[in-house]
Amino acid sequence: MASLLDVLIVDDSAAIRKILQRVLKQAEIPIGEIYEAGDGVEALEVLRKQKVGLVLSDINMPNMDGLEFLTRLRAEPAWQKLPVVMVSTEGTHGKVLEAVERGASGYVRKPFTADQIKEKLAGLLPA
Amino acid sequence: MTHEKPIDASVTGGGAAEPGLSKDELALAIRVSTEEVFSTMLGLDLAVGEVYVAKDSVEPSSGVVSIVGFAGPWVGSGSLYCSGPFACKIASFFLQEQFAAVNEDVLDSVAELTNMIIGNVKTHLENRLGAMGLSTPTVIYGRNFQTRSVRNQEWTVVPFTLDGDRMCVQMCIMPNPDETHQTKRAGFPIPHVLSI
Repeated sequence: MASLLDVLIVDDSAAIRKILQRVLKQAEIPIGEIYEAGDGVEALEVLRKQKVGLVLSDINMPNMDGLEFLTRLRAEPAWQKLPVVMVSTEGTHGKVLEAVERGASGYVRKPFTADQIKEKLAGLLPA
Repeated sequence: MTHEKPIDASVTGGGAAEPGLSKDELALAIRVSTEEVFSTMLGLDLAVGEVYVAKDSVEPSSGVVSIVGFAGPWVGSGSLYCSGPFACKIASFFLQEQFAAVNEDVLDSVAELTNMIIGNVKTHLENRLGAMGLSTPTVIYGRNFQTRSVRNQEWTVVPFTLDGDRMCVQMCIMPNPDETHQTKRAGFPIPHVLSI
């Protein structure tokens, strides 16, 4: 039996967190706990307490944005290989490149379809 | 008082008000972004109405207004206005649960949809105008209020309808008068005075 994957969703919009939860539960991925954070500061707190196997993060958020969160996350040896997918309205080539340079594993632009999220995760997570 | 003049959002090149950006181009970007967000996230096809430019204040209203500011080489703001029942309808499609009255989930949904619409317009414009930072949305729900630009800017207003209900997406944008805008995420000016 495959082990369950705990996921962290980081977005200042409760609506988007709810939609991403629904998409994850519909995906053919053995999802365990789904944790939520409203910004990068909260997200780092969750990561220090919980062992998650996947992070979905927005970029534009108060307190600590997604790019700063990504930089701090990658600075920790324990989280260097943690899959992190950025889900953002920011869609310029420069912004996507910046996210990749800071260590993003994938990038999905808002608006997104459920299939786009599932396809991105399928390419990142072990079968 | 609202001064309105129609513009044609189906063409580009006319109605230039600022160097480097015509109001027609802005209206087209608003239309394309709004239609994409509604079809992708809600599965809804909106009918677009006649685009117009509103000087000073945008329609005196009651309902829900969601506002996002942006700053960089150009500054401005964008907003989405709709009635309470319309907000409930789009939140119901967005979250796939029924809302009979405006609540926190409904307001959050409208704010996020505004963020996506204006964010995508910003992305489109950034290719020509330079990088801009986006503020987090502010959403207001009430009766008998007006939104007003403190800089007396013109708003490009794109009305949409869905099953007879009306929604407007509008933006005002101008070159940043502050020549020291060296950072992408400089402080956002407060673009509106609101009386509720």
